Amino acid sequence: MRRPRSTIAFTILAWCCALAIAFPLLWTLLTSFKSELEAISFPPKFLHFSWTLANYRDVLSEGDYPTALYNSLAISIGSSAFALMLAVPAAWAMAFAPSRHTRFLMLWMLSTKMLPPVGALIPIFLFYRDWGLLDTQLGVIVLLTVGNLPIAVWMLYSNFKEVPVEILEAGRMDGASLWQEILVILTPLALPGLASTFFLIFTLAWNESFWTLNVTSTEAAPLTAFISSFSSPQGLFWAKLSAASMLSIAPVVVIGWLCQRQLVRGLTFGAVK
Amino acid sequence: MTASTVSGSPGRSHLRLSGRLLVAPALIMLLVTSILPFIVTVRFSLIDYRLLGPKEHVFIGLTNYTRLLTDPAFLPALGNSLLLIAQVLAISIGLGLGIALLLERVVVGRGLLRILVVSPFFVMPPVAALLWKNLLMAPVSGFFAWIASLFGLQAFDWFARAPLSSIALIVAWQWLPFACLILLTSLQSFDREQREAAELDGASPFAIFRYLVLPYLARPIAIVVMMETIFLLSVFAEIFVTTGGGRASSNLAFLVYSQVMFQYDIGAASAAGLVAVLFANILAYFLVRAVGRSLDA
Amino acid sequence: MKGARWPALLSMALASCGTGGDKTTLTIAMVNDGDMARLKSFSKDFEATHPSIRLKWVILPESTLRQRVTTDVAIRGGQYDVFTIGPYEVPVWAKRNWLTPLNDLGREYNADDLIGPIRSALTYNGALYAAPFNGESAITMYRKDLFQKAGITMPATPSWTFLIQAAAKIHRPEQGVYGLCLRGKAGWGENMALIVSMANSFGARLFDKHWQPQFNTPEWRNAVTTYVDALRKYGPSGAAANGFNDNIALFAQGKCGIWFDATVAAPFLSDPKTSTVSSKVGFAPPPDQGLGRHSGWLWTWAFAIPATSRKTAAAKEFIRWAAGPPYINLVAHRLGWLAVPPGTRKSLYTNPDYRRVAPFADISLNAIKSVDTSSPTVKPVPYVGAQYAAIPEFPGIGTEVGQQFSAAVAGQISPDEALAEAQAAAKRQMAAAGYYK
Repeated sequence: MRRPRSTIAFTILAWCCALAIAFPLLWTLLTSFKSELEAISFPPKFLHFSWTLANYRDVLSEGDYPTALYNSLAISIGSSAFALMLAVPAAWAMAFAPSRHTRFLMLWMLSTKMLPPVGALIPIFLFYRDWGLLDTQLGVIVLLTVGNLPIAVWMLYSNFKEVPVEILEAGRMDGASLWQEILVILTPLALPGLASTFFLIFTLAWNESFWTLNVTSTEAAPLTAFISSFSSPQGLFWAKLSAASMLSIAPVVVIGWLCQRQLVRGLTFGAVK
Repeated sequence: MTASTVSGSPGRSHLRLSGRLLVAPALIMLLVTSILPFIVTVRFSLIDYRLLGPKEHVFIGLTNYTRLLTDPAFLPALGNSLLLIAQVLAISIGLGLGIALLLERVVVGRGLLRILVVSPFFVMPPVAALLWKNLLMAPVSGFFAWIASLFGLQAFDWFARAPLSSIALIVAWQWLPFACLILLTSLQSFDREQREAAELDGASPFAIFRYLVLPYLARPIAIVVMMETIFLLSVFAEIFVTTGGGRASSNLAFLVYSQVMFQYDIGAASAAGLVAVLFANILAYFLVRAVGRSLDA
Repeated sequence: MKGARWPALLSMALASCGTGGDKTTLTIAMVNDGDMARLKSFSKDFEATHPSIRLKWVILPESTLRQRVTTDVAIRGGQYDVFTIGPYEVPVWAKRNWLTPLNDLGREYNADDLIGPIRSALTYNGALYAAPFNGESAITMYRKDLFQKAGITMPATPSWTFLIQAAAKIHRPEQGVYGLCLRGKAGWGENMALIVSMANSFGARLFDKHWQPQFNTPEWRNAVTTYVDALRKYGPSGAAANGFNDNIALFAQGKCGIWFDATVAAPFLSDPKTSTVSSKVGFAPPPDQGLGRHSGWLWTWAFAIPATSRKTAAAKEFIRWAAGPPYINLVAHRLGWLAVPPGTRKSLYTNPDYRRVAPFADISLNAIKSVDTSSPTVKPVPYVGAQYAAIPEFPGIGTEVGQQFSAAVAGQISPDEALAEAQAAAKRQMAAAGYYK
């Protein structure tokens, strides 16, 4: 209000930047409505082409989208929920009852993610074969839970650090048990942080395209497998791949849109006063 | 360490006990699921184990390691890993900060803007690489080539002239939202009174940014650096899709990947994977030293 | 009480999973090309005529499929009942007893109708180990209109020298037309497939009979220098990162004057729905250099049954249908002859209906027929394979060597440096695999 002119300038600039960042995705969206020949035409076609839904129709009839979507949802929600269930108590302990080892522990947790996934492929494959976990939702959920657990702990730790210790102590004085402290006092205070952590690891699980492809075949195959069946076949496939990409991105965008308030409030990492 | 924890009614030792109990589930889960494969990987790294080779796996000591360390592709891969991480961090944090500073001042359509800025985060890495390589960066028919042609310029041959930086650009695009969102939310809670007081004192916008905002952002930046680094260490899909690897673009993760995927040499891949873990730990050590203070705050 | 019921429930659940009401479920892993996608869309027809069998599909891009299937078969994961593999895998895997022989597919399958080189490439020790679904070689594709304008005619059997001279004449980068498109992207199934078969026609070979890599020979130097120079002079910018998919898009857009690549591209480029140059594209045999070997390669995606599958009978039933005459007739009847999977059966190429719609039929067939995977080179070699060597080490070597050649096309190193690195890399990997004791 004090400097409307510069605010307008900033707004316009911000919109330009945001559009530039989202451009590859918007371009993909546009491509998904083109024919294969229009998709590769040069100079590129913006709005003057014959819009078609044929790519979506083809993709939906060639691949098993409902099953893949269901698997993606089950795997992402399941693994994120498990990871949170394990991470909340751990992050509480690290934030409010730290020991000499806490910092080492936190770094060690991150270090479990340092082995390139493909390096552990054969050991995991052998275990999964023997335990009957290949091509099961449970098998994928376990892998993704473990993969995202360190991230969840780190994010929650940072969020919990912002909760004033005095509030928790006041609760303790009033005789609140440990569970009450975590569930009744801490959780509501850290809800935005929990929501954003959940969303972050949910998205990471949704996009995870190594394990989800390597330990599933038909029953538990999620959208990553769906989409890879449309990537680089022989012949032109850009419009189709764009449509398949849009179909697999859409659910996360919707979820992201619905919880973006919490997301933004929660991703503060020690900034909220 | 704060004095107040001592006086709490459950007592300090009780607190410590419950702390240990609560860390336990996560810890045990991680221990079991990472130590078991880790041990197997160590064992594999000491034997001659090729998927397409003979059934008997002979113990060969450290041969897999010496082969890796003497491989002329090893050092370039190590350098590329570092360069890739550095470039992606620089682009995603630099641009992310700039855009966060802009977004903070925006009054119209914040919600939509945020979704636009976050959107690259929703794209699976191999798909992102395919789309960038073919629809945008392709020098004959890509979108960037078209923009260059509008200005009468020669299209840039991305993957031949600057393979690693081109890959870094694609990866940075995917991680920009992460950096931007975290920095934006931190900025939004920056103490306005402090800034206004500084402005009244006649401080320039640059000085305010340099001496007030930037120190305030040290911690979120440190977190972004740590988290992104962990993920960037294992980037491989973008390399496989765009250039197919090589001295100019393979990183350590890609080396491990091609040992499993093309050579089916599990012994060598295990050794390379463990070297990658060692490398990551060294990197983490320096990172923690560099950014550690802001993590503890 | 409550606890005791669980095992019973569990075993019931397991039992119903296993049989699915007397139904056998086959899990089929295939590469995601157009022929396979079409096959999947016909699965209802198979299930209708074979009510006791249900089909489940895993469709993946070539590189992912190969890695998944190899891992699964090597450590006996048993996830698949049928998968598509090629002539590279058959000898290597059959030797390790990982595959079920397919000699008993019956009279109706008519194995004698299979094109000779395709059949022998999938045969190991006299037994067929995989049933070919589609087959390909390489073909020269060129723009008839540009040739005409430049006053050149394509000879019946072009040489590389001719192709490069022609490329120079039609190269008009300022108009967005590039003389020659070839694969440049690193990978043993990308640029190496092309370079190795090209090198065969230059008299080069991958290994001598003592398994010594040959990248330091004059033949290789000649081949690689020719390839790199031609692509740098007359290729599109970005050639070093172009694979099959990039090149088919370029040619379909009218950006390439000449393109030498897999025969599967031909139907796409002849179809006005997927090509802007459908009426202007001409076809010619793979180029040679007058040394008795042309640059054609041989590949086929073929169905095989892993030794781990316990549903062999049902799997064979499926293969008999999908890779046999019934399926070809079904597709031709429903979608026309151009949609039929090509390159496997002699009868297809004598079929007048197919010949009418496929102008590239004879060239494709001759290219396939003239590749002898057991004697692919001018000088004798200890391996089989035209654009590869069927040894476990080849993908690793091919990948690393391919990266060097790609770097040469990008101009990061010279062809001589690339060859020296290639020779060193191949030697190192062969030594590590224990070839030189």
